[in-house]
Amino acid sequence: MSETLLMDDRVTTVATATAEGESLWIPLRDLEGATGWSLKPEGACRGEACVPIPPSRTEEFARDQAFNIAALARHLGQPLLHDSGHHAWALGETGGSRAGALRSLQAPDFTLPDLDGRDHSLHDHLGEKVFLVSWASW
Amino acid sequence: MDLPVWQALYTELAPKGFVVIAVAFDSGGAEAAGQWIQRANPTYPCLIDRRHVVAELYNMVNVPIAVWINEEGRIVRPPEPAGTTDGFRQMDRTTFAMPPEALADLRETRRRYLDALRDWAERGDQSPFALPEEEVLRRLQPYTDEQALAAAHFRLGEYLSEQGHPGDAQVHFAEAKRLRPESWSYRRQSWALEDPSKAGGPEFWTAVESLGDQRYYEEIQLNPSQP
Repeated sequence: MSETLLMDDRVTTVATATAEGESLWIPLRDLEGATGWSLKPEGACRGEACVPIPPSRTEEFARDQAFNIAALARHLGQPLLHDSGHHAWALGETGGSRAGALRSLQAPDFTLPDLDGRDHSLHDHLGEKVFLVSWASW
Repeated sequence: MDLPVWQALYTELAPKGFVVIAVAFDSGGAEAAGQWIQRANPTYPCLIDRRHVVAELYNMVNVPIAVWINEEGRIVRPPEPAGTTDGFRQMDRTTFAMPPEALADLRETRRRYLDALRDWAERGDQSPFALPEEEVLRRLQPYTDEQALAAAHFRLGEYLSEQGHPGDAQVHFAEAKRLRPESWSYRRQSWALEDPSKAGGPEFWTAVESLGDQRYYEEIQLNPSQP
């Protein structure tokens, strides 16, 4: 059964994922594409950063060429919600991680479409003074 | 709507290396936000943020809230109301007229805010309105794990709504609102998805009235505080 993962600004449906209770097993070959994480000898890694897997709990995280991304989220204290009826998981960043990114004072990058569906990124405007302002139709 | 104001400002200040990026926190997508964008016909990037990604990244809980970002991509003013006031609370709810003093205060607040933007566009980091790092850090609001969990609930609610499960979506919106009652974006967006008239209807006014002496929009402190 496929599972849908809401993570960062993406919605990714992983056809090969398996939900078992509050575990979400993703085959290692699909892990990085779906989540940005990969399993290495030093632990679970995203980019340069690696999180060691507690040696006494390896079976909770990894088995049969699959990785339990839900166990990692809980281990990191990330908000994780599971709607089993709709096969959907929302995996967020911790408050500390969001706060740290803002407190670096480097404006967090994002990419969003305009009305014509054309994507724009904040980083396209380096070298300009950017007035970033929210509004809404409601 | 503020889009025409930002257009006039962009037209005036673009030659000074200034750009407006307007982001619509609109889970209704182009269907909801499109008519406003078409009417304003902006030449600056006017983006649609169905999932309120920018609200989550920048810790914004309302509209219009703005952040100023310098040429190096550094935040020089943290999230604050974009030149607006609480004057709307004194509005006559049938004629939408504001008392003269409230209207004058709103106009003066907006004028000072736009003048601050002009000064920053001209002088960049030398402008007193580009705040020192320590002042930006002092003004940044906390970002707790509870708020991060609220964002996850909002995210799941938005997904379920988009997938055509409005009832299940509202369960998660309710949780997001409970965890983060100060987010007017969560409240008004979830109301708007139920019924577009609800976001500015009796529920909204009841919620605003229940603020009592608390502000809806924080007062804008244009200048750095004196050490």
